[in-house]
Amino acid sequence: MRAVGLFWLSLRIGAMNALQYRADFFIQLAQSTIGLGTALAGVAIVFGQTDELGGWRRDELVALIGVFVMVGGLVGVVIRPSMERLMEGVRLGTLDFTLTKPVDAQLLVSVRQVDIWRLMDVALGAAILVFAIAQLGGRVGLAAAAAFAVMLLAGLAIVYSFLLVLATLAFWLVRIENILVIFASMYEAGRWPVGIYPAWLRVALTLLVPVAFAVTIPVESLIGRLEPTTLAGTILLAACFLVVSRWFWRLGLSRYTGASA
Amino acid sequence: MSGRAPGSLMEIYRSKFRSEIAVQFAYRGALAIWLLGLLLEPVIYLVVWTTVAASQGGAVGGFTAGEFAAYFAILMVVNQLTFTWHFHEMEWRIRQGFFSPLLLRPVHPVHNDIAENLTFKLLTFTAVVPAAIVLLVAFRASLQPSLVDVLAFIPALALAMVLRFLVEWTLALAAFWLTKVSAINQAYYVLMLFLSGQVAPLALLPPIVQTLASLLPFRWMVAFPVETLQGRLSPSEILTGIGAQIVWIMLAWGLLQVGWRAGVKRYSAVGA
Repeated sequence: MRAVGLFWLSLRIGAMNALQYRADFFIQLAQSTIGLGTALAGVAIVFGQTDELGGWRRDELVALIGVFVMVGGLVGVVIRPSMERLMEGVRLGTLDFTLTKPVDAQLLVSVRQVDIWRLMDVALGAAILVFAIAQLGGRVGLAAAAAFAVMLLAGLAIVYSFLLVLATLAFWLVRIENILVIFASMYEAGRWPVGIYPAWLRVALTLLVPVAFAVTIPVESLIGRLEPTTLAGTILLAACFLVVSRWFWRLGLSRYTGASA
Repeated sequence: MSGRAPGSLMEIYRSKFRSEIAVQFAYRGALAIWLLGLLLEPVIYLVVWTTVAASQGGAVGGFTAGEFAAYFAILMVVNQLTFTWHFHEMEWRIRQGFFSPLLLRPVHPVHNDIAENLTFKLLTFTAVVPAAIVLLVAFRASLQPSLVDVLAFIPALALAMVLRFLVEWTLALAAFWLTKVSAINQAYYVLMLFLSGQVAPLALLPPIVQTLASLLPFRWMVAFPVETLQGRLSPSEILTGIGAQIVWIMLAWGLLQVGWRAGVKRYSAVGA
């Protein structure tokens, strides 16, 4: 409950900050639309030449694009900006002020910075997803929708944990602002189903950088292609990721000495 | 641009090379991460198109899986040699007032950027070529260029480098008039993605898009050298392409001069 309250507070502060610069709304609208248009145009070009890509049909890939844009937006709204602020705090010593607050520090650093304009990606991605589900018609039942919601949450938990671990490395390495770019560039591979990639890249996208869990697996559950064992395994993995990242965060925090004095 | 003796300009370039190499080595980590992104993108599209080719009985749009591999491996090298980052840099310089020291120097700031660009490419070239060879081998590329193709590839590539640099440097001057160029930058990037042949070889795109790519400078900045080395173009097509490159270079050069003169007049440094 506390987490939701804190997130809501950051969201309001973020909104107030962002609304000072209203032209940014149109810039982000242009960028989000261009981004989505690019992804859909890519699908259109590929399906101009074929009827299926690695067992995926056009409507299924449109659903994948929807989830890709939506998850990218969710990461961009709160996880990524908060992690960037955390790394900056470690470098400059401003994390001191966070640690003195009477709430769990991990919770606070995880929701503290919000980029509300990226909600546009969440909305656009969701709209495309709804459109794709309508095209898929009766194939998406209630069970599939529930499995999708669970897999989406598990995927987000895994991505969050992964980024928290990357950002926590700042306690040892200090100057690594660029490290989050690793996720951003690997995430680009997620706009296509990971199943089409060669084995080495598939492994990298599943285990090294968990892009598969963020996009492909939720969509597979939506179109009823996911094995129940994978579903259970993903939930288990998400729990492991959360536990391990919390442990790693604590380990990193114990090394924090502040930058001044 | 300035009336200096060529010798002294060479000296300026040489010292800029030395300092740039030192700067780039200081940011090894950032360099490695950048390389990861550079390698991943062609691999993604290569995999997508080989999958399509396999499902269509081995070839699509005149490309076999092996030819796709050759296309995207060469594309990676051409892209690495032609790309620039002046959109970000120019906006940052102008907004933060960092243009002032560059303007005080007795040479045109474009020389600073050309030297920076060439040094960075020389450095990263040593990583991109082995990566391209790995791609060629791992995806069993088929590539048999004739001697003419190889010889034509060299001027085509050099002109593509010049053209893309001039076009992107000129567009980046928009930062003198707009405080945020990110939306323009992204729109340009998307046009580049499709019209310069990075998502797919242009032959696979709808005819209207192909025409657009040839009329605008996009095809001549990236796709043309790749098609040349793959041996997909007849000698007359190669000559036409080189002609188009030269015409666009002259146009972009003129625009750069005009835009630069008008832009500098608007520039006012922020701060003390």
